Amino acid sequence: MRSLRWRGRIIPAAPVRTVPTWVLLTPALVVVLGLFGGGLALGALRSLDADPLPGQMAWSLAAWGRVLGDGGTWASFGLSLWIAGASTLLSVLFGVAVALMLRGAFRGRALASWLVQLNLAVPHLVGAVGILYLLSQSGVLARIAFAAGAIEGPADFPALIWDPWAAGIVLQYVWKEVPFLALVTLAALQGIGRDYEAAARSLGAGPARAFAHVTWPQIRPAVTGGAVIVFAFAFGAYEIPALLGASYPKAMPVLAWERFTDPDLARRPEAMALALLIAALCGALVLAGARGLRLGGVR
Amino acid sequence: MRGAAALALGLLLVAPLVPLAVWSVARGWFFPDLLPARLTWEAWSAALSPRSGVPQALALSAGIAAASALLAVLVGLPAARALGMRRFRGSGAVRLALLAPVIVPGIAIVLGLHGLFLRLGLANTVPGVILVHLIPTLPYAVLAMAGTFAGLDPDLEAQARSLGARPAAVLRHVTLPAILPGIVAGGLFAFLVSWAQYALTLVIGGGKVVTLPLLLFSYATSGRNDLTGAIGILYLAPGALALVVSARLLTGRGAGLATMHATMRAKVRA
Repeated sequence: MRSLRWRGRIIPAAPVRTVPTWVLLTPALVVVLGLFGGGLALGALRSLDADPLPGQMAWSLAAWGRVLGDGGTWASFGLSLWIAGASTLLSVLFGVAVALMLRGAFRGRALASWLVQLNLAVPHLVGAVGILYLLSQSGVLARIAFAAGAIEGPADFPALIWDPWAAGIVLQYVWKEVPFLALVTLAALQGIGRDYEAAARSLGAGPARAFAHVTWPQIRPAVTGGAVIVFAFAFGAYEIPALLGASYPKAMPVLAWERFTDPDLARRPEAMALALLIAALCGALVLAGARGLRLGGVR
Repeated sequence: MRGAAALALGLLLVAPLVPLAVWSVARGWFFPDLLPARLTWEAWSAALSPRSGVPQALALSAGIAAASALLAVLVGLPAARALGMRRFRGSGAVRLALLAPVIVPGIAIVLGLHGLFLRLGLANTVPGVILVHLIPTLPYAVLAMAGTFAGLDPDLEAQARSLGARPAAVLRHVTLPAILPGIVAGGLFAFLVSWAQYALTLVIGGGKVVTLPLLLFSYATSGRNDLTGAIGILYLAPGALALVVSARLLTGRGAGLATMHATMRAKVRA
């Protein structure tokens, strides 16, 4: 720190010994990189090991060959891409819309924004069970449809759970992630203020044009960041497709867990290969997102 | 128009939670009944009795989350200080290293770790689960606390030092009081993040460490809808409670934990 001047005297600053930055960073980085990097590295190693016994290593690409040559893997990969893509797209659309709505003043705004926040605090698994009881063929919506005379029995209600389109899974993610993206967008909107938008409007731009050309370019980095997080989560979460998913094809994380727990230990390297495929896709997304989103230093 | 849209939004937001709540007090709620034939507290009294395994799972989840949060705060404090108060080369890379475990799904990491944990005697144990929960809790704790450090004036510490305070006294009387809100927020985040983990617990716990979400899943797939409803509500309670408390405690102006959570997740995307 600087020296102080007090009653005409210069008081030297006390020598403050500063701890080097790398020392401060070490504990957290050792734990995170050790567990995270270690998990990935060990997974890669095990995916190349044909010997099921621990401590023994027999290099082999057989597991990768089986995983990549199996049509079931690609069906699962496609399903997970669909789940993540559809969930992200719908969440972004509705999330931005909700944020624009919550930005204005209207009756019930406080309650609406409180409910949005409450939803964010609900664990995904609770949402998934709720969706199950709401949307299954004997669920609450089916009962309402029956009471309204729209269906004659549970079988008439469209299968939204355990269905090939993974509708229940996508709806669960949308239900959970719309509030998340709404709050991310709202924070970005509050950060930029309304001056530019007001200027565009006063220069004759309609609301849609002002949003597309003035507001959206400014909030896009934040929304993209949120979308990356949502996509990676929806691609890689296990418990939601495990509860709401069909038996074929299975979402990638469910397939990986199934291979991992296969009584035939020789299939474990396949589980590792599947885990690495999930990590590779999400890792590529992080890097792409980090590049596009300006990797900031302090603030 | 806006009011109607807000009403629709509100209804959609609570829609999946309503059947859970109704099931938890229902008895014999079969298709096509819109409401249960009889209401009963049976599921709740079952959930509170040790025979259902719920109290044990609740205590175990809370213990694991508390331990993991405490560790995350202790291990993460120095890094939070560096990220919040210093400019240094490679800070972007450090943020990325902290962010990657938050984004890359747990199942992709933990399958590879299982063999190592097995060899270290940590597989199928509570300490092993606490340790593996650090993968997501530590980054959240660090990034939450870094925000508070960023608001701490380093001159305050230097002034205390120049007035003769020893480093321990500076820490106790200057630094800690200033960053306490960040520690509370970081710890709370870490607790809730650990509370929400499923795949990490499943793989490292190996079915021996049954936390609340694992029990919830197993009741949900066994057709005990009433008990599942009660457990579901117990499981979401801490998050909802933290939301209500933190809205006052942390910000004092109703911004709330969730908003902070969301903005933090967005900001730290790097």
